Amino acid sequence: MAGEIWCLAEQWKGSLSDATFEALALGRELSDALQVQLQAVLLGHAQRAMADKVFGVDRVLYVDNPAFAAPSPEQSAAALATLVSERKPRAVLITLTNTTWEIGALLAAKLRITYANCCKDVRVENGQLMARCVLYGGKMEVDVGSAQECVVFGLLAGVRPAMLRAETDVTVEEVAVAVPEVSCRFKGYREAEAGDIDITKQDVLVCVGRGIQTKDNIELAEKLAETFGGAVCGTRPVIDQGWLPLSRQVGRSGCIVKPKLYVAVGVSGAPEHVEGMKGSGLIVAINTDTTAPIFHVAHYGIAADAVEILPAITEVMANRKAKACATPH
Amino acid sequence: MKTIVLFRMVPDIVEELEVASDGKSLDREYLRLMLADADNHALEQALIIKERHGGTITVLGEDEPGMEETLFSALCKGADRAIKLNSSPQAGTHARAHWISKGIRETPDLLPADLIITGAQAIDDLDGLLAPMLAQFLDLPFLGTITRLDVNPATGAGTALREFAGGVRGEYEIKVPVVIGVQAAEKPPRYVPVAKLRTIMKSRRLEAVQISDGPWIFPVSEIRSMMKPQETTQAEMLAGSPDEVAAKLAGALLAHGLM
Amino acid sequence: MRDPSLIRYLGVPAFGVMWLLALIACGVFAARVFQLIAVLRSARAEPRWDHLGQRLGLVVTNVLGQRRLLDEPVIGAAHLVVFWAFVFYAFAFWWALLRALVPVLPIPYPDEITWLAAILETFGVLGLVAIVIAAVRRYVFTPVSLERSRDASIILVLIAVVLIAFLTGTGARWVTSGHQGSIIAAGVGRMIARAGVSAESAAVLYLWAWWIHMVTVLGFLAYLPSSKHLHLLAAPFGVFFASLQPGILASGTEGAARVRDFTWRQLLSGISCAECGRCDRACPIFKGDTDLSPKQLIHAIKDATIAASKGANGEWRALGNRIQPEQLWSCATCGSCIARCPVFNEHIPLVVEMRRYLVAKGEIPARLQDTLMSLSRYGNSFGQSPRGRAKWTAGLDFAVKDAKKERVDYFWFVGDYASFDPRVQLVTRAAARVFHRAELDFGLMYEAEQNAGNDVRRVGEEGLFEDLRQRNEASFGKAQFAHIVTTDPHSYHTLKHEYANGNRGLEVAHYTEVLDALLRQGKLRPQTRLNIKATYHDPCYLGRYNGVYEAPRRVLRSLGVTLVEMPRHRDRALCCGAGGGRIWMQDVQTGERPAEARLREAANLPGVDTLVVSCPKDYVMFQDALKTTGLEGRLAVKDIAELMEAALH
Repeated sequence: MAGEIWCLAEQWKGSLSDATFEALALGRELSDALQVQLQAVLLGHAQRAMADKVFGVDRVLYVDNPAFAAPSPEQSAAALATLVSERKPRAVLITLTNTTWEIGALLAAKLRITYANCCKDVRVENGQLMARCVLYGGKMEVDVGSAQECVVFGLLAGVRPAMLRAETDVTVEEVAVAVPEVSCRFKGYREAEAGDIDITKQDVLVCVGRGIQTKDNIELAEKLAETFGGAVCGTRPVIDQGWLPLSRQVGRSGCIVKPKLYVAVGVSGAPEHVEGMKGSGLIVAINTDTTAPIFHVAHYGIAADAVEILPAITEVMANRKAKACATPH
Repeated sequence: MKTIVLFRMVPDIVEELEVASDGKSLDREYLRLMLADADNHALEQALIIKERHGGTITVLGEDEPGMEETLFSALCKGADRAIKLNSSPQAGTHARAHWISKGIRETPDLLPADLIITGAQAIDDLDGLLAPMLAQFLDLPFLGTITRLDVNPATGAGTALREFAGGVRGEYEIKVPVVIGVQAAEKPPRYVPVAKLRTIMKSRRLEAVQISDGPWIFPVSEIRSMMKPQETTQAEMLAGSPDEVAAKLAGALLAHGLM
Repeated sequence: MRDPSLIRYLGVPAFGVMWLLALIACGVFAARVFQLIAVLRSARAEPRWDHLGQRLGLVVTNVLGQRRLLDEPVIGAAHLVVFWAFVFYAFAFWWALLRALVPVLPIPYPDEITWLAAILETFGVLGLVAIVIAAVRRYVFTPVSLERSRDASIILVLIAVVLIAFLTGTGARWVTSGHQGSIIAAGVGRMIARAGVSAESAAVLYLWAWWIHMVTVLGFLAYLPSSKHLHLLAAPFGVFFASLQPGILASGTEGAARVRDFTWRQLLSGISCAECGRCDRACPIFKGDTDLSPKQLIHAIKDATIAASKGANGEWRALGNRIQPEQLWSCATCGSCIARCPVFNEHIPLVVEMRRYLVAKGEIPARLQDTLMSLSRYGNSFGQSPRGRAKWTAGLDFAVKDAKKERVDYFWFVGDYASFDPRVQLVTRAAARVFHRAELDFGLMYEAEQNAGNDVRRVGEEGLFEDLRQRNEASFGKAQFAHIVTTDPHSYHTLKHEYANGNRGLEVAHYTEVLDALLRQGKLRPQTRLNIKATYHDPCYLGRYNGVYEAPRRVLRSLGVTLVEMPRHRDRALCCGAGGGRIWMQDVQTGERPAEARLREAANLPGVDTLVVSCPKDYVMFQDALKTTGLEGRLAVKDIAELMEAALH
């Protein structure tokens, strides 16, 4: 059979990622629309049991090789390339996380097929697969179509709500694929320094971005976070400046967080950051630039200078808290 | 240690971006281009390695608006050679990767090189990524998303630190020759004083390399239309004096059960 | 009285001994001075021979008249006395030495001339009083930045010895000459007689006093080039060669790090410095806990010059050895140090030259680097598209002319902060409405306006400054206007003095000057009297740099504002700390920031509830400081434009 919708099941450090199930949800839509099978490709080592957990697909192609014990984009792409040329799927969906985001490009170059990067949606139009891709830091979107027989799609996080995990039967096919040796070898992980706080477990996060301007202003964010009993986190530029430790980074290279309340201060809303926080319950954005993409993600927006507004908000919150505590029950 | 650094110009998103009248591309009237941020880091990383171990750096970029000044700026920072390649006739990262690989091959005295470095990504990467595709076309090993890099020139072996999620880094062993996609350099990119740039522009020349289009046919993926993000959601803006805004926000949070 | 120089000691005539001592002392003195001059000559050139008349005038007022020293009245008066004492005593000394070395000269000793002796005695007594005042000030009340150094002690003692020796001599002469002399001579003489000194012993006492006096002065001469008293020699030249336009910087150099990179006048600063500490006391950034000390900066130059003179040659590095980059980046270029220095030293050009050196090497603070890149790319320090420069006009209900497209009377150069900072935009709109009300024919350059470059130049990025200036001047050249008005004092200063406009005679006005004129012409008529009691903060680049003090005050008074002056006002105003590129850098202080200190100064004025500003950076700095000092309820910060608009309703 050919023409299936494939999805690369992303696994990292021993578990399947949430992003995989988001991709599968999309894959299922596409395969249903085209009336073809949805198949997942899982590359791992001694992880046959994990293949059983890739539910919601018609078939899991499991490739076992020591090379896949740790992320190796070149070898993953090589294995995929072999499988794709043999089995000729219609589309290969690859999640854009730090672990897998290069595989699509490698695969497309190897097989000389098209690749659509940063897809926020893929749909079927007149029997063709059309992707809606995000460009220029989120400032433009393009509709891209390809009449090719096989197309690779790089999917942004949150492309669909993740498929609910359920215990269903999964058909697993173990496939042997020759995996080439490469000179770039994984040696080990360096964990982030154990920070004092795990931001993924906080209910309230106040995120500071470049718009906070100076390290001293972070104090204002900290005071606000304190009134909520939450913590301060930061976007990549703030971490790169050394104003906050690595453990506080939110975004594609940092943590994915889902607090009940997320206050983004001086954050522009670049896609890499938004990926890390769009699952938050309530998002409030504070930024002097009214055209900043963050305002598309936020529920409430305040076009004001952080230095002006944060103390005011902190005071109001602190007062209400004090009143609440003082009120007899 | 022979290093090649590749540059690309991308739209400067500080400016407002508009869709051109054809509905499929960017309006060029007020469009300004700038060096892709990650490419700037790539050069910085190359300079750091040169400062440690010596060697040469060649920077190469296509003839796009602003590229000349960028190449001169690289010479100011410490690059040894700067090459301006005629532009790829076909748009897109995939085509660019192929074009540049040809350019590298056809530039005299360029290959073999030890390190070929460029930014891990750019904001106009629609149909590919430059670093891995380039590696593919040059038939070289590849490692991307790098934040730390060092190579021992005597042995040709080195280590690289690759970013994963949640602040986790992965250590990789590499051997030259290799193509590297730099996410961030070990230090922020250095500054070039304007006076120095002007002096270099008067005293140095860029090498121009012309290559011709080959019989390579690219896989066709068509941009059907380009549009500004049609956001279905837009934040409800709270306005007023700081105290008024704070009060409104408190009210909203209360309504959402967050107080 | 016997001629002291003819007395023989162990067969050797006194004048012989005197010749020996004089040759040694003068030799040491001359050698050191020539070494120092050699270093100055090997340094960079700087033309300071223009306007000789004006320069002589400066010397008369400030060297002979000691004007700047009198700003600290007690020590000023004391120093004036000591200075003139020195003048007379030095004159008398050389006369006496000549006479002593050549006894056959048919001239009397100076103290044998009644009127001259009287002057010397008077200054002797007054001088001693002054020395005591100086010593008490230095050792008991020790002002900030005045050291109880060994050098200072030696000098005080030497001067005292010289004066006491002379007075003793004059008293002894009174005793031996049969009570002939002035009142002072008599006074001292009676003290000597009462101490039981006979006439014969008094003659001996006279000789002792004479020798002590002469030897001490010779010793002083030899010691001089190694002490801070070198300022005696160098300062008058320093004043003569002062900058007649201290606010204007010399154009593009590679910067300075080694001794030979500085100009001779800059090196002269070091040896002119008397280490009085006025610059430190005036500096808004200087506090015990920061690195920046204008005095230490000059001292480092002095050190470097002296090291160079001792054979380390011009390669001796000041930057990196005695001066650290952090100190240089701390300076806000407010000009208080230069305004207060009694010997007219220029600290800011030193800072800028060394900053130029650091910039050329790319060694600049990270935030500053980002800002410079933004300025280079977008022409503004906010990292925003130049097309957004006039977005603030959207809040106006009238259109503002485009000076690029049509002729206007006043081209309004708005400036970065007034255009882009949301808080200042309110003020800018108020100013626009006021101009509109006055039916002023004004226009903007819109997106063609680039940062004027004042702070870029002071940060040391001369290449970028030239770039910005070129871009601006190209736009100015294509437009038609009669005057330039600006709401930003930094731009005001640079457009007025550091652009070619100055040579073309284009008039640059600060908006307060324009408002002042409009009010006086009756084109603006306040409808309401603002009955507020306020104090006005003089912006550095408007006040101290350009002397515009009255226009803003006239405007405020005509609005009905009761003006109360802060202790530090007009040319003594305390800088808010934003200039010199500091607003683009991380805060350096741990303690109180200049803006906070200034707010507290305003808050200390009884009944005053408003601090009035006329500079966008001041506005932003003080608004921020209101929060950090917690003075929000106590004081309001308002721009003149806002008050003007309020009064027009």
